[in-house]
Amino acid sequence: MELKIRNLRKDYGNFPALNGVNLDIRSGELIALLGPSGSGKTTLLRAIAGLESPDGGQIFFGDNDASRQSVQHRHVGFVFQHYALFRHMKVLDNIAFGMRHGQGPKQSEAVIRKRVLELLDLVQLNGLEGRYPAQLSGGQRQRVALARALAIEPKVLLLDEPFGALDAQVRKGLRRWLRQIHEETGHTTVFVTHDQEEAMELSDRVAVLHKGDLQQVGTPDEIYDSPATPFVYAFIGDSTSLPVTITNGAATFEGAPLSVGRVDPPDGPGRIHIRPQDVTLVAAGQGVVDGRIIGLRRSGPYRRADIAVGQHAHRIEALLPPELDVSIGDQFGLAFKRYAAFADDREPPKLGLAREKQAA
Amino acid sequence: MPQFRTPSAIPGFGLTYGFVWLYLSIIILIPLGAVVLWASSLGPERLYAILTRSDTFAALRLSFSLSLLAAAVNAVFGLIVAWVLTRYSFPGKRLLDASVDLPFALPTAVAGIALTAIYAPNGWIGSLFAPGSLWASVFGPLKIAYTPLGIFVALVFIGLPFVVRTLQPVLIDLDKELEEASATLGARRPTTLFRVVFPTLFPALLTGFALAFARAVGEYGSVIFIAGNIPGVSEIAPLLIITRLEQFDYAGATAIATAMLALSFAILLLVNVTEAWSRKRLGHAR
Repeated sequence: MELKIRNLRKDYGNFPALNGVNLDIRSGELIALLGPSGSGKTTLLRAIAGLESPDGGQIFFGDNDASRQSVQHRHVGFVFQHYALFRHMKVLDNIAFGMRHGQGPKQSEAVIRKRVLELLDLVQLNGLEGRYPAQLSGGQRQRVALARALAIEPKVLLLDEPFGALDAQVRKGLRRWLRQIHEETGHTTVFVTHDQEEAMELSDRVAVLHKGDLQQVGTPDEIYDSPATPFVYAFIGDSTSLPVTITNGAATFEGAPLSVGRVDPPDGPGRIHIRPQDVTLVAAGQGVVDGRIIGLRRSGPYRRADIAVGQHAHRIEALLPPELDVSIGDQFGLAFKRYAAFADDREPPKLGLAREKQAA
Repeated sequence: MPQFRTPSAIPGFGLTYGFVWLYLSIIILIPLGAVVLWASSLGPERLYAILTRSDTFAALRLSFSLSLLAAAVNAVFGLIVAWVLTRYSFPGKRLLDASVDLPFALPTAVAGIALTAIYAPNGWIGSLFAPGSLWASVFGPLKIAYTPLGIFVALVFIGLPFVVRTLQPVLIDLDKELEEASATLGARRPTTLFRVVFPTLFPALLTGFALAFARAVGEYGSVIFIAGNIPGVSEIAPLLIITRLEQFDYAGATAIATAMLALSFAILLLVNVTEAWSRKRLGHAR
């Protein structure tokens, strides 16, 4: 089922949770809604399900305007972060709930039981139909919750931080497994996450939200390699930046021209964003700018260097191979393999954190 | 297998354990044991003879049936009160919430006098059902005070806070996502309430029911004013015990007391077993 979201608005008091969001979700795709907390991603998911009533805009299921439909009639599968299993029911009755008490055609108990056993097989929980949720592990409970949502043959499957309450190990396993289930069943699937790694690994496309605005929609590659806004650049992966002045597509840093080639944003104050892995060290005077190493620390297989650049000691982060012989105080030239330029919004992006102001 | 005692960094087990035994013995176990002991000295034939006397039997039946009925009514309406007080916000909510505790806080005699005054045939509510009222002209007159119906009203009054206060914390903790999950699966509101919400509340509801029942069986102060105390009709068992004592019939009083003890114990045991079973099913007792 194809989904079209048109100009969706939701306000909590004066605070806009959704600020006129437009999003097309393709039939059969697995799409992630990614953003920091308070970005509106869960509100959007709940609005699709009908659990939240928007203040404006429309949601189309196919060509059908579902905006006024009740939760019961939208026919969506919803998986909650904390499973929301019915504790007084056995696994079988949990999964059968939607078939027994839902709005679909009434089925015989034999048919329902057969379907439940098929679903248990799909989620790899064969033989556990007689257990109560309290007797299952967290990962097993989430799989029961998914089977329960799939049992009603939903038009769209919605998952709200489905792995958020699980251990890192279990989470990785379930991620691969969810992708597999998606390929087997082919349901249009929307899931909410604040974990960019999860969004990148799992989904066909990622929609990045910030403060109720849709920032960018694209494949994980597009999101990572060509971020559309400074927020996306700062939120996805690591980056640091330099303030520049842009005139006719050329950037100047502290009065000296910056040899980075053409930059697109309108003339005026701007910012050049660089990811740590795109910074390489060359001899002083040979790079784009010169800098001095002010900090070094080990980070996994790499070494991270903090490099002070220019009169105001702007900090640029570089990811260096550990065998490179550098020490604090060394002067180098910096070359940028890639960079992105945006018009300035005064506040430098904080690593991995939401930014307060947005680009014009 | 629980060990009687394991070495611990927190001392004091011996002292407090001894204190618990001493305290419970003086306050609960010895007095109740004495009642059973005295009753057993009567011998089974006399015990049977006392309990099957028509007025004794009627009083016991009245006390237990009305207490069960009042607790059941409170379970239903207490649930509604607790639901409204936890789920919605409205002006005057805190005042309403505080008023639930009044039956707890009032001296029972005050409650008894107040209820009697209101429900007597010339009282505010009683007069609505008294001969000559609109109700009486349609359904015939209904006497509330000085009948078993009056006792029932008093027992409902004193039992309500037990149900409401037991349910409130459980309702606050009740995960709204359960109801949302049920709705996304296509269940209408009544189905969600009866299949998802109420089963989850059941253990707490049973506890509230048991507490309200226990309080109602033992209630004396608020009931004797409104009951009218007509032997065989509106005389409750605790009052009968007093009557026997005033007649220096200690054997009779003890026999009735033992019967009440045994019946209450049996009913509370049944309730607790059911509750433990349903709690275990819900996965509380992990």
